[in-house]
Amino acid sequence: MSFIPGQPVTAVVLHFQLSCALQQRIEICKLRQGEHLILGFSIGGGIDQDPGQNPFSEDKSDKGIYVTRVTPGGPAEVAGLMMGDKVMQVNGWDMTMVTHDQARKRLTKKNEDIVRLLVTRKSLEQAVRHSMM
Amino acid sequence: MDTESTYSGYSYYSGRSRGSHRHGERIRDHHKSRSKDGSRSEKSVTINAPPAEPLLGDSSVLGEEVQDDNWGETTTAVTGTSEHSLSQEDIVRITKDLEDSVGLDCRRYFSLTLAVVLGLLVFLTPLAFLALPHLLWPDKLLVCGTACEGLFISVAFKLLILLLAVWALFFRAPRASLPRVFVFRALLAVLVLLFVVSYWLFYGVRILDSQDENYQGIVQYAVSLVDALLFIHYLAIVLLELRQLQPAFSVCVTRSTDGETRHYNLGQLSIQRAALVIIENYYRDFSVHNPALLTASKSRAAKHLAGLKVYNVDGPENNAATGLAHSQSRAMIAAAARRRDTSHNELYYEEAEHERRVRKRKARLVVAVEEAFTHIKRMQEEEQKKAPGDVMDPREAAQAIFPSMARSLQKYLRTTRQQHCHSMESIQQHLAFCITNNMTPKAFLESYLTPGPTLQYGRERWLARQWTLVSEASVTSGLKEGAIFLLKCIDFSLVVTAKRIPYIQLSEEFIDPKSHKFVLRLQSETSV
Repeated sequence: MSFIPGQPVTAVVLHFQLSCALQQRIEICKLRQGEHLILGFSIGGGIDQDPGQNPFSEDKSDKGIYVTRVTPGGPAEVAGLMMGDKVMQVNGWDMTMVTHDQARKRLTKKNEDIVRLLVTRKSLEQAVRHSMM
Repeated sequence: MDTESTYSGYSYYSGRSRGSHRHGERIRDHHKSRSKDGSRSEKSVTINAPPAEPLLGDSSVLGEEVQDDNWGETTTAVTGTSEHSLSQEDIVRITKDLEDSVGLDCRRYFSLTLAVVLGLLVFLTPLAFLALPHLLWPDKLLVCGTACEGLFISVAFKLLILLLAVWALFFRAPRASLPRVFVFRALLAVLVLLFVVSYWLFYGVRILDSQDENYQGIVQYAVSLVDALLFIHYLAIVLLELRQLQPAFSVCVTRSTDGETRHYNLGQLSIQRAALVIIENYYRDFSVHNPALLTASKSRAAKHLAGLKVYNVDGPENNAATGLAHSQSRAMIAAAARRRDTSHNELYYEEAEHERRVRKRKARLVVAVEEAFTHIKRMQEEEQKKAPGDVMDPREAAQAIFPSMARSLQKYLRTTRQQHCHSMESIQQHLAFCITNNMTPKAFLESYLTPGPTLQYGRERWLARQWTLVSEASVTSGLKEGAIFLLKCIDFSLVVTAKRIPYIQLSEEFIDPKSHKFVLRLQSETSV
């Protein structure tokens, strides 16, 4: 919104619930490609990995699972997942203290078609501002 | 090199016979230096060396003794006490007037004779102990058995070892002459004298008077004397030689004219001995003092002073002389701060220009020398027999190639202001030396491109006899934390500051060799 001096300013106020202020629930439907079910994003991190090389984390000792890449046009992007999100839960399973391989396995279970993620984003206000403009 | 600073003579006289008086004098001087009146005199003593002569040729034959003052090593050129009780300044003046010590020789020989006398006394005492019973009461003496005669051998060998050890410690040629008595040697001499006197007393009372017949006991008594003398010699070694080996102080030596600084680690020494060590290191480490290099800053300073003139417009109202001078100097400082001084600019450009000139001359010099060196070739052995014509020895070869490089070398020396350090004769000698030893032109030039230590130049630059020690503390007191003293030569001085080496606490950490383990840093990315 541009500011014109002398004119009344329009502002939009969005109200978030405190408990899930910075967390977002994302539901991704897996896409069948050949014989694989893909979600359309890449993960990095894990308790057996080196947390210092994670470009998305604020605390460089954070060993959680982060989204490092989102395939454009894939199911994850459609569902609203963004690069840099930290995955806290997958279908109710905790992802903050898992190894990289365990995280991969939890996401790629063959008998599930939908995964429900709980993700954390660094700045959701940025998303708000994006939506306002 | 040794002949420059090997004189000594030590005034045992002032050290021993005036022990208490001297001590008192020193305390008085120390108090005098503490009092705050303006006429505080520094204890400046001249290290004046009498001319070199082989000092101890005959005395080493005679003088075998345990402890002695070092007839070789120290001299009291100027002392705080003399039998006429002149003040120290008077003595300094007198000695300086005497133009290198006519009187010092007398003092030196006097101390030397005292040392020899003490040595003879000490050496002959055990022999006297052994011989006197035979001379005085031969018939009453018990026969000397086997053990007793074995003790004779032991006495003989111990005396021989003592003789050699004392010669090694006390009678070798001294390296320098120091201004004051060497306190430890004086104390050791006193100790030895007391010791020998007490032995004589005991001998006189208990053996001579009572005419003891037990000769073996007398021999054992003599052996115990020699043993004790050897132990005193051991003490002398520890005090004189070993104590200063362990480093305890770090001294910082700065030359006052150009600020060249070096640091040395010394042990526990008296100030005069520390000064001696520092001077010996100065001759090795510091580059030669070149007064021609200081003229630039002096001219700059003169220009600063000449820039301003101060006039007093208040007239005769301002009659306090100090106030006038004070206000004048303040006015000058204020004006100097305010004016736009461009002398830094001149300095910068002048230095850049000088640098350029030096580099250019150096390039010409290097080329000339390299070309000159190609003109001569070393002849091999076989050729020497075949062609005897036009064969030169190194000196002639040097003289033959010198003219082609002389001009560029002279110009280079003039530009770097070194021309008075090197005479043509010395350059030719150096050239002959380099040719003889197959040195390259670069090796020949090295001594002219960088200023070397003082000893590399001619004797007239050494100034080994002109050192003066200036110290507020007594020069025989030991080095302390924060001690400062000055070593003055003719036109420069060395400022010496001492600091104690810190107490180092070293702790240990054990690392098991098996504990060196490594993992790869993983960073994998998986697409799901």
